[in-house]
Amino acid sequence: MEMPKPNPAILAKRTRIISRLRDVLPHDAVIDDPHETRAYECDALTAYRCPPLAAVLPQSTAEVSEVLRICHEEGVPVVPRGSGTSLAGGALPTADSVILGVARLTQVLETDYDNRFIRVQTGRTNLSVTGAVEANDFFYAPDPSSQLACAIAGNIGMNSGGAHCLKYGVTTNNLLGVTMVMMDGTVVEIGGAHLDAGGLDLLGVICGSEGQLGVVTEATLRILRKPEGARPVLMGFDSNEVAGECVSDIIKAGVLPVAIEFMDRPCIEATEAFAKAGYPMCEALLIVEVEGSEAEIREQLDVILDIAKRHNPVELREAADADQAARIWLGRKSAFGAMGQINDYMCLDGTIPVSSLPYVLRRIGEMSKEYGLGVANVFHAGDGNMHPLILFDANKPGDLELCEAFGADILKLCVEVGGCLTGEHGVGIEKRDLMLTQYTPTDLEAQLWVKDVFDPKWLLNPAKVFPLSVTETRRDHAA
Amino acid sequence: MLQPKSEAELADCLAAAKHPMAIRGGGTRPIGRAVAGEVLSTAALKGITLYEPGALTLVAQAGTPLAEIEAVLHAENQRLPFEPMDHRALLGTDGTPTIGGVVAGNVSGPRRIQAGAARDSLIGVRFVDGSGTVIKNGGRVMKNVTGYDLVKLMAGSYGTLGVLSEVSFKLLPEVETCACLILEGLSDQSAVAALSRALASPYEVTGAAHAANRGGRSRTMLRLEGFAKSVAYRTDALRGVLAEFRAVEVISDPDLVRQMWKDQRDVTAFAGQTGDVWRISCKPSDGPAIGAKIKGEVIYDWGGGLIWVLVGEGHDLRKTLGAFGGHATLIRASEATHARIPTFHPEPAPLAALSDGLRRKFDPKGILNTGLMATAMPAA
Ligand SMILES: Cc1cc2nc3c(=O)[nH]c(=O)nc-3n(C[C@H](O)[C@H](O)[C@H](O)COP(=O)(O)OP(=O)(O)OC[C@H]3O[C@@H](n4cnc5c(N)ncnc54)[C@H](O)[C@@H]3O)c2cc1C
Ligand SMILES: Cc1cc2nc3c(=O)[nH]c(=O)nc-3n(C[C@H](O)[C@H](O)[C@H](O)COP(=O)(O)OP(=O)(O)OC[C@H]3O[C@@H](n4cnc5c(N)ncnc54)[C@H](O)[C@@H]3O)c2cc1C
Repeated sequence: MEMPKPNPAILAKRTRIISRLRDVLPHDAVIDDPHETRAYECDALTAYRCPPLAAVLPQSTAEVSEVLRICHEEGVPVVPRGSGTSLAGGALPTADSVILGVARLTQVLETDYDNRFIRVQTGRTNLSVTGAVEANDFFYAPDPSSQLACAIAGNIGMNSGGAHCLKYGVTTNNLLGVTMVMMDGTVVEIGGAHLDAGGLDLLGVICGSEGQLGVVTEATLRILRKPEGARPVLMGFDSNEVAGECVSDIIKAGVLPVAIEFMDRPCIEATEAFAKAGYPMCEALLIVEVEGSEAEIREQLDVILDIAKRHNPVELREAADADQAARIWLGRKSAFGAMGQINDYMCLDGTIPVSSLPYVLRRIGEMSKEYGLGVANVFHAGDGNMHPLILFDANKPGDLELCEAFGADILKLCVEVGGCLTGEHGVGIEKRDLMLTQYTPTDLEAQLWVKDVFDPKWLLNPAKVFPLSVTETRRDHAA
Repeated sequence: MLQPKSEAELADCLAAAKHPMAIRGGGTRPIGRAVAGEVLSTAALKGITLYEPGALTLVAQAGTPLAEIEAVLHAENQRLPFEPMDHRALLGTDGTPTIGGVVAGNVSGPRRIQAGAARDSLIGVRFVDGSGTVIKNGGRVMKNVTGYDLVKLMAGSYGTLGVLSEVSFKLLPEVETCACLILEGLSDQSAVAALSRALASPYEVTGAAHAANRGGRSRTMLRLEGFAKSVAYRTDALRGVLAEFRAVEVISDPDLVRQMWKDQRDVTAFAGQTGDVWRISCKPSDGPAIGAKIKGEVIYDWGGGLIWVLVGEGHDLRKTLGAFGGHATLIRASEATHARIPTFHPEPAPLAALSDGLRRKFDPKGILNTGLMATAMPAA
């Protein structure tokens, strides 16, 4: 993955830039020692690394504003960073950029149960937002699998999803307002405890803009009362097609599960070997979860089990208690870890129309043979967000490139059937060069206009999201 | 009037346009001030492009009548999640509301508190910008973070960033039945407290409204929807939660409940009454204090967070309210009032600069519903 060459003019004034940053931040908040900046050289897309010019860890919105004002004056690119768990290289620096980490901004600023929101600093982790309201039986709905580590900042940057978004939506549907610092240091408040924008929906375009429009320091998030109960069922089928039809029939029947997760045979085998969750060995497995009171759970599960039975399941297992429920989820939750044990893998994130599921899985199987690389599929079936995991050997020369080419072919297939390149992980650098398979140059141009307006000098995370060739003149003009 | 028959024709119209255009869907939501210019109608851009019940997705051309979409969904026992209101009674208009107009105004009804706004269900758009360029964003899948979310930006942009040609939605199953809990005679303060209590319960309230009914008895309503047994269970449970506020009456005839919430959604109480109509979005618990400042009729929705106001003609309600967290939109007024008072709430300078900047990019000729969303009035 190509990155722009560092700007020699910026590298030449490194000392001045760092000294100016030191003027406005506590000493330990500016990291320029090459040993220490290495901690910021990559995110969870570890195949690509580059230490930044410096990393700063401001402790307030005012400090963020000072940092950005200085970088704006000096013409230095800034890469916002939450916890660095992006799988797309969203937080990958360049050698001439400053990493602006919000890891020290972790406070809860306000919790309001009557109005059902929480206001936090964005360095706070996703799980600890729920942690702050759990004692009152509330929760924050978007639940990426990385929720123990990832920050609200990155969730907003990527518009992250989770297993339960079929019912509760993704980050953008649960974000009510932000405090954001513009590249020139201006602090803006957008949205708040009320619903919907009074004018243009700026909040909507900020969410998912991958750190390219501003640095979000505070967020007002919708919190919800926990349901009375939840219960998963596990179903095994002897083909992907049948499992796909079952998903479609459940949806058509009018029940809305909170989650429908899908695993194929390679994934089942790997997780079984790793987590020993007691999964049946079959071609396709579904985990369907419903919520509510005991009676409501029963009513929904009866409908769902009825439908499943019509598709000749090889296994149908309803959790009888919390322990069994945990076991049903155990394999799914350890799927990525399990794959990591047996291989290096690349996790894709394309979304497809649910109806093309069987076709896409068949094609992925065929391509897997052509490329000679294994694939395991685990994904959110209710909304068509796939996570094919391509297995490769990082130590084998050429394998990473082969894996990337295979990945690109899968993503092109997703677009071909009417889907998209990324459902929740973001474009970053990983899918940047595929953007023109999904969008025309004019479609992309309209997106660039938004960046032109928010960040006219193109300094915020400039080498991401769009193919470098498309943004070249704008970035050069800025330098 | 221009009435392009295809997206390509629409693009030609806008590429050739040298003067302002008034974008019209069905002509039923003339919200705010009248827009000058030649009418550009989307009425001929009709038809459902794709409907997949098993994937809960629908794609339709922007000029498709809302009623046609609702009928097609109804046949498969599905619905648009956000319950768009029908403005015709309130605004005294006739015509056929279009799906493009719903999106352009981000029109959402009482269910917004639970199912989200129109913008939350919208998953893809195609539109033509002010220079005549066709642009697409999003698509037909529910989860999509590929590039910037212009879908959200287009929702609620009232035709000022482009003319929508096609819109895609995610859908929800239709509910089997519904019930309504009613509490009478509560003050605004207690009513909003009761609504908050209900919304903070696990019983999935999908409507939470209060009609202050200043000359008579106030009426507070809560709606529950879902499978019959579940609705019955939650009705009982919620009645228990609310008992401390007031005796609770339950209406379980679904037809009656539907009618009551349709009236709430369409604000029919203000239909045909003289006066200006405002719509305020605020933090729910701020609702009663805001309501108390208003010398007129108020109806609360969204648990107190949405206030419909009917007041005497020509007053700038924003002056009465002063600063508050949220916004007030002037929905219905005389032409003279519209000429004096901005339709949309003034934004702080840095945000207004961003909005203006976006408009200049998407509408460089300044021809799309010119001035409709301007929050500074042109010098008289
Ligand atoms: C094991 C694993 C499982 C995962 N599971 C999921 C999942 O289920 N669903 C899902 O959606 N994702 C998942 N992810 C991806 C990742 O966790 C999410 O993208 C997450 O939201 C990133 O958060 P972060 O704080 O680590 O952000 P970072 O990686 O630090 O940054 C992500 C992006 O946000 C921008 N950004 C960071 N801070 C700010 C800020 N303050 N203002 C503006 N922009 C900012 C960055 O520039 C970057 O573009 C997973 C990752 C891993 C490693
Ligand atoms: C009887 C009557 C006569 C009228 N005569 C005139 C007139 O002569 N000149 C005039 O300027 N206005 C006139 N209006 C007002 C005009 O119709 C409205 O401003 C607007 O067109 C509402 O149309 P609609 O029902 O489709 O509303 P909606 O379709 O509900 O539209 C609501 C808002 O969205 C915008 N919009 C609608 N469709 C799209 C789309 N596809 N893409 C982008 N934006 C969209 C509209 O411009 C409007 O701001 C009239 C209204 C009525 C009721």
